[in-house]
Amino acid sequence: MAAAEVPYGEPELTGDAEMLVTTGDKRSRWRRGRGSGLSPVPPPPERTDVSVDIAPNDPIIRYFTASPGAVELSALTLESPALDAMRAAGIVLVVPLVTNGELVGLLQLGARLSERGYSKDDRQLLDSLARYAAPALRLGQLVRQQQVEARDRERLDQELKVAQLIQQQFLPSDLPDLPTWDVAAFYRPARTIGGDFYDFISLPDGRVMVVVGDVTDKGVPAALVMASTHALLRETGPRLVSPGAVLARVNELLCVDIPAHMFVTCLVMVLEVGSGNVVFANAGHNLPYVRADDGQVRELRATGMPLGLMPGIVYEEASAVIDPGEQLLLYSDGLTEQHNAAGEMFGFPRTAGVVGMATSAVELADLCVTELARFTGPDIEQEDDITMVALERLGGAGLRESGSFARELVTFSVASDQGNERDVVRRVLEAVSDVRLTEDERQRLSTAVAETAMNAIEHGNQSRSEVPVDVAVRHRPGLIEVSVTDLGGVRPDIDPVEPDLDLKLAGLQTPRGWGLFLIENMVDSVEHVVVGQRHTVVLGLTIEGDS
Amino acid sequence: MAATYEVHVEGDPPVTVIALSGQIDREALAALTTAYDTVQETGPEPVLLDFAAVDYINSTGIALIVGLLGRARADDRKVLATGLTDHYQRIFAITRLSDFIAVYPDVDAALSGTTRS
Repeated sequence: MAAAEVPYGEPELTGDAEMLVTTGDKRSRWRRGRGSGLSPVPPPPERTDVSVDIAPNDPIIRYFTASPGAVELSALTLESPALDAMRAAGIVLVVPLVTNGELVGLLQLGARLSERGYSKDDRQLLDSLARYAAPALRLGQLVRQQQVEARDRERLDQELKVAQLIQQQFLPSDLPDLPTWDVAAFYRPARTIGGDFYDFISLPDGRVMVVVGDVTDKGVPAALVMASTHALLRETGPRLVSPGAVLARVNELLCVDIPAHMFVTCLVMVLEVGSGNVVFANAGHNLPYVRADDGQVRELRATGMPLGLMPGIVYEEASAVIDPGEQLLLYSDGLTEQHNAAGEMFGFPRTAGVVGMATSAVELADLCVTELARFTGPDIEQEDDITMVALERLGGAGLRESGSFARELVTFSVASDQGNERDVVRRVLEAVSDVRLTEDERQRLSTAVAETAMNAIEHGNQSRSEVPVDVAVRHRPGLIEVSVTDLGGVRPDIDPVEPDLDLKLAGLQTPRGWGLFLIENMVDSVEHVVVGQRHTVVLGLTIEGDS
Repeated sequence: MAATYEVHVEGDPPVTVIALSGQIDREALAALTTAYDTVQETGPEPVLLDFAAVDYINSTGIALIVGLLGRARADDRKVLATGLTDHYQRIFAITRLSDFIAVYPDVDAALSGTTRS
């Protein structure tokens, strides 16, 4: 018995329905062959592909979705381009494949080879076939869709890894050691990886060129443009020295082959360590902030077109003096343009406000990160890379204690020996002895500090005695902040799952893993900041009777 | 100060008391393990953990207490606690240890088993 299903094709269909086209009738051909005795069974017709586009708004979709069984096309009077196309293709009977109220495909049949119409039996057979075929087809579609999505995800992940690798390759692994200056840098990529970069380039005359930049766009293309910009800056910086000339030259070179929709914002600053003199030029980047010793914040102004947009740009230079005790912040728009859940942007005024609160370069970067986290709240994804370079010219009048500024109560280090967390607690409590804490607040602070210090000693520094844990205690009205820093860099979650006592008692979770849980339940905020190898946890304890 | 313990039986009906002192942290592992071994040898009575002389419990100590509680539950033995400061009572509450360990203000209350705090 020859198979009679012809023709079969995979027609295109807009929307997510799919079509299966078959026609033919084995039984009638068999009878005809036998009945005539002599007439041979005709050869099956050639396979032909029937392709019918159905627009998503074609009324026939609604009709088929609501139709309980096989539909004779000749009986339809719909105004439907798809119906016309089906008729033109010789289709006479359509069995909609509907599952869960959704049209997932059509079984389309041409005229019966026996030249008679489709019988009641035929229709019943087709209907029951459709009942089985529809869910199976839907399942197949879902599986295929998932496979496509999984492939897409895998490709994206791969691309992200490549972009990350390229980018990390070009970020400095060490900060420069500048006499009488403190330098801090912070870089945190967004999930999708933008094209931020920063660099410190030594110049032949002993000055230092500080560079901060941001490539528009994301992913591998941005990382590649960032890599070439970085290379061009490294090459022209020591040769041309003048920030304006460097930007102009890099712009000329970039314009030649930068992809059309991309450009680079960049600020180049040359710093004379001894005098605090800075000369800078700006290609469309955020303006640096300077915090004076009295807490006043000013901008360093210089403007110019971003790099890579058009050749022939001249970049003006500006100069300023950073006095002893002043701090300077260079940063990317990932900081200022981050939104919170209400859709508000962190913005320049808030950034300037945070700059005004800082008392050291490291604190400047830390504060920006913690204040940004406080502003966005949990569960908000970081939109863009965040890069900050903070510089402080040492030798100011010292730490301030006025207004709402944070007052540093103590800084100290302990060796990473097990048990030293008790020492940390003792010294933190000593430092806050003048702050009016309730017994409950004191106890909660003790437990949180002990657990944080223990994590830093054992997990961050791996109990290597020679590696210090740095502790800083700050006080501002209504708030105690304790920073605990180890040199373990980014570390995997110590306690990856929320401890659950039922699971622990049932032997389904280790009895351990209470550390972070305790910390988070003891204080009002816990922030993790990673700058290079420095991993800092900042604990914030709100004090009721102190404002 | 490393943890030390002393085990004795008190009250009627009898309760085995583990009187702990010092710090309940990593160093307390041996103390808590052998203390509970002793309890098992003593008999099937409920066990009362007396924390009155304990000045410090950390997350590792909490893990040890969870371990002891697990052993007691396997023995079908009730676990009571007393002598916890307000702070550690709070930690017992947030870790939900107090769902499984009845916490009493003092030994007498625990022995009479009436005034559960």
